[in-house]
Parts: sequence; structure tokens; C-alpha cells
Amino acid sequence: MGFFTAQLISAIKLGSIYALVAIGYSIVYSIMGMINFAHGELLMIATFSLWVLMNAGIPFGFAVILAIIITVLFGIFIEKIAYRPIRNAGESTQIITSLAVSIFLEALCQAIFNSSAKALIIPAFFSKTFKFLGVTVSVIDVVTFACTVILTIVVVLIIQKTSVGKAMRAVADNPEAADLVGIDRNRIITVAFIIGSVLAAVAGILYSGKYTSFSNDMGFMLGVKAFIAAVLGGLGSLTGAVAGGYIMAVLEIFFSGYLPGGVASFQTTFTFIVLILVLLVRPNGLFGSNNWKRS
Amino acid sequence: MKKSTRFVDNSLFRFLVVVLLPVIILLLVHFVAGNYYESVFILFFINIILAASLNLTNGITGIFSLGQAGFMALGAYISSILTLSETMKNAMVTNMPEWLTKIQLPFWAAMIVAACITMIIAGLIGFAILRAKGHYLAVITLGMVIVIKSVLDNANNLTNGSRGLSGMSKHSTLLVTVIVALLSLFILYRFRTSAFGRSMIALRDDEDAAASLGINERSIRLMSFMVSAFFAAVGGCLWAHLQRTIAPSLFYFDKTFNILEMSVLGGMASLSGAIPGAAVLTFLPQFLANFSTGFTIFGINVPQINGLTNIVMSVLFIVMIIFRKQGVTGSSEYLVGSLFSRSTYTGLFRKQTYKDFAHAFRRKKVHDS
Repeated sequence: MGFFTAQLISAIKLGSIYALVAIGYSIVYSIMGMINFAHGELLMIATFSLWVLMNAGIPFGFAVILAIIITVLFGIFIEKIAYRPIRNAGESTQIITSLAVSIFLEALCQAIFNSSAKALIIPAFFSKTFKFLGVTVSVIDVVTFACTVILTIVVVLIIQKTSVGKAMRAVADNPEAADLVGIDRNRIITVAFIIGSVLAAVAGILYSGKYTSFSNDMGFMLGVKAFIAAVLGGLGSLTGAVAGGYIMAVLEIFFSGYLPGGVASFQTTFTFIVLILVLLVRPNGLFGSNNWKRS
Repeated sequence: MKKSTRFVDNSLFRFLVVVLLPVIILLLVHFVAGNYYESVFILFFINIILAASLNLTNGITGIFSLGQAGFMALGAYISSILTLSETMKNAMVTNMPEWLTKIQLPFWAAMIVAACITMIIAGLIGFAILRAKGHYLAVITLGMVIVIKSVLDNANNLTNGSRGLSGMSKHSTLLVTVIVALLSLFILYRFRTSAFGRSMIALRDDEDAAASLGINERSIRLMSFMVSAFFAAVGGCLWAHLQRTIAPSLFYFDKTFNILEMSVLGGMASLSGAIPGAAVLTFLPQFLANFSTGFTIFGINVPQINGLTNIVMSVLFIVMIIFRKQGVTGSSEYLVGSLFSRSTYTGLFRKQTYKDFAHAFRRKKVHDS
């Protein structure tokens, strides 16, 4: 029982990060109809900004806010410079461009900070541990979970209750019709990127705060996994993104915990096989609607 | 017969540029330049195979795959296991199945077996994932690279885990690589110009129209995916027998992007694009390596830059997408087409060719494409 609880809790910790990143992917995808491969690099930007700011002696809380702002600025900048010109280009051009941006940001980061792993020292308060259901949990785990819940609720409220959210839903539903009724699509896309960047920045900071070490290639793998989580849940659906993130984490953690010794290290393989099987049965993802396929 | 008036279509010109010049360069490289240059050229030809195999799926069939490194890894591993001797395998890998340690095949057989096995695996994977399209497929194939690496990392009794395999003999000499590259390009070119190839292009351009002409979308896409995997495995096999040491981490995102960059820079929509693409991505990093420890330009000292190659490559990549999205060659098959078309060679025996050539030369009016 204790082992199961421990597994479940570590799955929730990892799943929260995946969910945060997956929501960002999902929003940007439903508004723009393209995958932002550079989304993972936003996590890297947030972590590196925080690291630089803290090394400069800025207090932690303030540095976190500044790091989030820097990430958001990067997000807007990437959209304006790289994605706006190719918005109506073919799918492969969009994939290539966002990959190129991702590679460029990673290489730039490597050039400035080199590729060795760095340590992020967060205030001692966050690494305090306590017992919960017989499992040792640290404060940052609780903060991670709380952040995910709060941010998800905030995003849902923005999308469901505000006029910007209504416009976002309209653009996601039918971009041309949204243009016709006078919705400024550029503004909506910028809003989508701001939301996505904030979520990515929080996820990045929480992730590297938890594991305390980070490097310039931290974002890509996490980004790919979170994207696959979003696809599993159904792209364009927020519920799907959150559920996909947690399911992905549960699969990964439980496969490594419960598979017999010889094959336990194949956890990634099994996770992906399950995902592919799910997509074979439900190509739109678990919570996706039938009109997921855009363009 | 319609007489071609363009200078670049002249048989003599095509023969000189596409056949004679490369042959002279290769002879010089082999007999005059040192071992280092020779291995760079071997790498160049391997890269041509890899980029051409990716062009078949990404540019010609329009299924955007990022999984080439995975298939390359399979080709490299399977062929290495097949060519290594029993004692080598026993010394390196613990608990390898006995029947497998006993097998030792000659290089050529190993290459073909490895490529065929990879093709079958690609068929199974493709059957499951080719329902997805566009962005979805790109990410799923990237996931496939992760899975293949994770399998190679953990199947200790076959692959020696993350330590990898080493000690393969250097079978990939310049001659072998050139022959394999030419054969691969030839087969891919014939494949492209066949009815299958035309169906692929039709599918890429308009799925619905192609389907209305009775083209079976799924089987064509699957076939393209499998053929592409076959040649990626051939490239992987050559690569393994050039480097003589392989590890799972060498076939990861970096490799996949590297192949993608070649393919995009050269021109995804044509097999010919693989040649300029591979040239840039092979020779430029070698050239840039001279500057990686810092250099002086116009009296300004530039300090050491980490990952200079990566930055230059990604900037080049972005610039290319902005200014020439279709790559160097676009969809023109001039290079590969000239290399394999009969008229390039038969034209040499006609007097008219030389007359046209001399005429065009005298007028100095070179009609460039």
C-alpha cells in the first residue's frame, strides 16, 4: 500500500509539470493550428533567467516574477518574428520553422552559458519535507500541484468567462468567421502565446526547482513528452491536456515501479506503446472532438 | 526530336559537371589528399543516402517524419551485430543469445539483412502511426526515436546498453560508399519516376484528387515510409562501419535534426537536393571546427564560442526558410537526373553535342536555369 501511494504521489508530481506544459501546447495549437516545437525551450529560458537573476542577487520571489515576464517577452517575440510570416504556409514549413527556432534557442543558450549542467538553489523552505499518508513529500511538490490546479482554473476561467476567452474560442472554432466578425486575430494569438509562456515558465521553474539541476537541453524532451500527453488527451481540449499529462506520468511511473526487474527500464517504450494503442483506437485522443484535424 | 537549346541541358556540359568533375575530385581525394579528407568524403556520401531517404518521405510523399535517426540506429546496430566476430561479441556483450553470437555475415550481406529487417520494423510501426498526419506525425515519429533509443539503451544482452558496440572493421571505404550511394540514388530515382513515385507526388499535392484516381493512400504512404527506412538503415550500416563505434546516444534528436537540416537546405522535394544539403552539412562543420577555439577577424578577437557549429547551422536553416523555402534545388532533379539519364552518355557520341557546346561557349551566352 505504501509503495502504491508513493508511486501515485510521484506520478502526480510529474504529471503536474506535464499538464502545465500540455495546456500551453493545446492552447497555442487550437488558436494557430500549429505545434510550437520551441515551447519546450521556453522552460529553458525561464530557468536560465531565474538562475541569472538569482546569481545577480535579486531575491527569489522577485526573480521568479521577472523570469516569468522575460519568458513571456520571449514567447511574444518568437511569435512575432518567426511564426507570423509563415502563418499561412504549409504544414511542413511550420514544423521546420518551429524546430529551427527550437534548435537556435538551444544553441544560443549553449553558446552563452555552455552545455554543462547547472544547479538551481531555491530557498530552503521549498525543500522541507513532511510525511503525508506515510510518504515523504517536500514543499515544492505541494507547490507544484497547487500551481497546476490554480493555473488550470485561471486558464479555464479566462477562456470561459472573459471576452478575450470568447474571442479565443471563436478563432479556434473557425478562424475565417472570427475574422469576419471583427476579431483581431493577431491580438488573440498574442494572448494565446502569453498564456502558454506563463504556464511554460512556471513549469520550467518548478521542474528545475524540484530536480535542482538543469542544462540547455532540458526543455526539448519535456516538451515532446508534454505534447504527446496533449495529443493523448485530445489537442484543443483543456481537460484533455490535463488528463493526458497525468495519464502520461502515471504510465511512466507505474511502469518503472511495477514491471518485473528485467524489463522495468523499458518504461519509456511501454509508455509510448500504450499511447500509440490509445491513438489507434481513438485517433482524436481521449477527450478530443471529431473535428480536431485542422487544415 | 526537339533540340534543346539550353546550355545546361547539353550532354557534354552535363557529363563534365555531374560525372567527370566528381570523379576527378574523388580520384584526387583518394590518391592525393590524406586519410582525413577521405573520411570526410565518405561521410558526405553517407549523408547523401540519409538525406535522400528522408526526402522520399518528407518532400516527395508529404509525410513529415522526424524518425530517420531511429531507422539509422536500427541499421547500424543490426549490421554491426551481424558483422562482429563471435569472440568480439562475447567479450563485449554479456548474455547474448548463443545463436546470435554464432552468426557472422560478410559486410554486404549484413547490410542488406539489416536494411530488410529495418524495413519490416518500419512497416509495423508505420502501420500503426501513419494514420496520423502533419504535426501529429512529426511528434509521433520523434517519439519513435525516443523509443528506439530507449530500447537500444536497455536491451543489454543485444546492444551492450548505453556503452554501445565497437570494434567493427572499417568496411566503409570510399569506393564502397560511393558505389552504395550511387546505387541508392539510382533505386530511389527509379522509384520516384515510377508509377508509385508519381502516386506519392499526387498524394502530396492533393490527397482527395489522388484518392479519386484510385490511388490507395495508406499503402502508398506505408511503402514510401518503408523504402525510406530501408535506405536510412543502409546509411546507418555504412556509418557504423566508418565510425567503428556506436552508442544509442549518437542516434538521437541531434542526428535526426542533422538529417532534416540537410534535407531542407538541399531541397526536400527532390532527391537531388540531398547532394547540396549533405555537402553543406558535411563540409561546413569541418570548416567551422577550425574556428571553434576563437579566431581573429579584421583585427577583432573573437573568443571561443561553445557550439559555434550549432548556431551557424540553425541561423543558416532559418535564413534558408525565409528566403528560399524550397531549398537549393527546389523540385528540380537536374543533378540526379543527369547522372542517371542515358542521354548524358549517348550524347557524347553525337557530333551535334560538341557543335552546340562550342557554339554556346563562343557566344558566351549561358542560359542558366
